[in-house]
Amino acid sequence: MTTAAKLPSTGSSARAFATGFDVEKIRRDFPILARDVRGKKLVYLDNAATSQKPRVVIDALSRYYELENANIHRGVHFLSELATAEHERARQTVQQFINAADAKEIVFVRGTTEAINLVAQTYGRVHVGAGDEVLITAMEHHSNIVPWQLLCEEKGAKLRVAPINDDGELLLEEFAKLLTSRTKIVAVAHVSNALGTVNPLRQIIQLAHQKNIPVLVDGAQAVPHMKVDVQTLDCDFYAFSSHKMFGPTGMGVLYGKASLLEAMPPYQGGGEMISSVTFEKTTYNKLPFKFEAGTPNIAGAIAMGAAIEYLNAIGMSKIAAYEHELLEHATRKVSAIPGVRLIGTAKEKAGVLSFVIEGIHPHDVGTILDQEGVAIRTGHHCAQPIMDRFGIPATARASFAFYNTKEEVDALANGILKVQEVFA
Amino acid sequence: MPDLRDLYQEVILEHSKAPRNFHTIAQANQKAEGFNPLCGDHFTVYVTVDGDAIQDIGFQGSGCAISKASASMMTQAVKGKSKAEAKKLFDTFHKLVTTGEANGDRNDLGKLAVFSGVSEFPVRVKCATLAWHTLQAALEGKQEKVSTE
Repeated sequence: MTTAAKLPSTGSSARAFATGFDVEKIRRDFPILARDVRGKKLVYLDNAATSQKPRVVIDALSRYYELENANIHRGVHFLSELATAEHERARQTVQQFINAADAKEIVFVRGTTEAINLVAQTYGRVHVGAGDEVLITAMEHHSNIVPWQLLCEEKGAKLRVAPINDDGELLLEEFAKLLTSRTKIVAVAHVSNALGTVNPLRQIIQLAHQKNIPVLVDGAQAVPHMKVDVQTLDCDFYAFSSHKMFGPTGMGVLYGKASLLEAMPPYQGGGEMISSVTFEKTTYNKLPFKFEAGTPNIAGAIAMGAAIEYLNAIGMSKIAAYEHELLEHATRKVSAIPGVRLIGTAKEKAGVLSFVIEGIHPHDVGTILDQEGVAIRTGHHCAQPIMDRFGIPATARASFAFYNTKEEVDALANGILKVQEVFA
Repeated sequence: MPDLRDLYQEVILEHSKAPRNFHTIAQANQKAEGFNPLCGDHFTVYVTVDGDAIQDIGFQGSGCAISKASASMMTQAVKGKSKAEAKKLFDTFHKLVTTGEANGDRNDLGKLAVFSGVSEFPVRVKCATLAWHTLQAALEGKQEKVSTE
């Protein structure tokens, strides 16, 4: 095997684009980005799977365990009060980050998956009955499909799926036609994890609300890339994960409008979610604690708060602008390689470049890129129906964060040439 | 550090591009389906068993270079062998791709020895063994889909 031919340079070697975003300074905040893998500089392009963590998040975790660890909400001692205050401050940080009207609308969960299951198992079990329908789209992650399938199976309801076009965009007219008097809830991704499509949420939500149907948004792939304002969107539920937005794993958020959360039965029973218990009757705690049974992920919440403060300091609009240029550069560079086909070519995209190479299975692409230090994801990305829709078994997916550089995109493109050379 | 050349040997690449016995067998009396949904490898193995002998074998489907070449070379290696010989060959092959070693059995492997590099890429073992597990299921008359994930 010879060294792959380098792609022609695209000109300036400056790492920042026109936006003047100091990516080199940002990269120094992420310790892992300095490491090598397989003797090569790490090029981490698997951010849609999980993001790397800045020093401030890692420090927040260790500071909590070194100096603040105690159980929350019940203690009378100093550390318990401190931990409780930090935990609840994180809730306010989340509230402001997504512009929720009230901190009690922020329910802490394990991640997006648990948030969606919570809504399916509480709101869903009350409101969805036999013959009713749950409407999703053809580009959902398994975690926004299976919880609704389980619910529909239990209730004798039907899961309806709004179709997408060949670019991976939702067909809004078809979506609108599927909203009927039987539709009890709509669940839709803000950004598709497999295609990168940004859905027209305002229109989706307006269409659903015209028929008084609530909308749950799977925001896992949106929150790390753009400013999210739940009040402007007017969504009823919004779910996201900490670990995809530079915070720790095992932590996530369910936003819900207070009026809906108030009326919902609890999800799990246990400590914290109650206000009083006798063997005859239990009364539930107020929001959001009604949905937070058991000792929560205290360190995770505090460190997620630190991740949000870090993002705020940079500015989500700056992040979005930089990533937009990065994705455009990647799209140009990768689609220019003969034999490469992009999967997901929506006009509005964020963070994701899915592709297939003619005659070469994505798994082989992933193994060869890995030898070059380039970490991407290959497979169905927990979105098998999308693979079926495009008639492919899998894709190779590069996914970006604001710490990625133009040079890393070029390393990806050169890696693809190397793949083609191995299989030539 | 593992070398790509160890994994993607010329013989393997050649078989992945032009797989042998890559067809269905209408008269097959045994068949089984192997599917690794995470990576999308999906094959059906067809076998005509006469008494104890694997008289004919073919396969269809799609997958990565490793899984496809492995299936192709497996069909060449087991055609004409007894069920017991095929099972023994699978055991030796499995040891090779998981440990890189085959001890005294290495001679039995013949061309299959090119898969020794797979052991340096542990996540690819499931690719190299999918067709073999599927063949075993076919020979044992198992109905359920095989997966190595």
